[in-house]
Amino acid sequence: MTSHFLLMVLFAFFVSLVFAVLLRDEPREQLRTGAMMFGAFLVAAIVAGWLMYPFPL
Amino acid sequence: MSTKSTTAERGRATTEPGTVALVCLAAWLVPGAGHLWLKRRQKGLIFLIALPLMFAVGLWLNGRLFPLELSDPLVFLGAIANRGVGAPYIVARMMDMGAGLVTAASYEYGNTFLMTAGLLNFLVILDAYDIAAGRK
Repeated sequence: MTSHFLLMVLFAFFVSLVFAVLLRDEPREQLRTGAMMFGAFLVAAIVAGWLMYPFPL
Repeated sequence: MSTKSTTAERGRATTEPGTVALVCLAAWLVPGAGHLWLKRRQKGLIFLIALPLMFAVGLWLNGRLFPLELSDPLVFLGAIANRGVGAPYIVARMMDMGAGLVTAASYEYGNTFLMTAGLLNFLVILDAYDIAAGRK
């Protein structure tokens, strides 16, 4: 698998899952926190990607 | 299915210092084992599945298990992070996995997965410690 986006999504999923379960005790809260964290990961990555677009290395 | 994993469902209980150390050791050796020991089944099962799976994905992506080299501080820190995941690291070492393929497109991703799995398990160990010590 060489899709950087899919690998980033997979990474975001694992990290969000573990943090949500660590930080919250109630399953409903865990789901909410995990979903928010996962979404934040994706949005931040896409925004950072677009910000870096004019600066090829 | 009632997992009784929440603090609301169970009172705080302080464990003996020796037992706390054993809980931490178990939590390092098998991700999630500390929580399972402390009857936090839902959390323990999720850690037990997610962290070794994340580590396995790192190996699959041609990541490298770093050696403990004090001469290179970043490699040394990476090695500490790798070892945080416990038994999966030991098994991977015994099977001669984790050599790393620098030319692979996914090499850096593999390293990131491997190190993050270990670092997350350090947090899981600290959480198990807090529960065992009666802080949570």
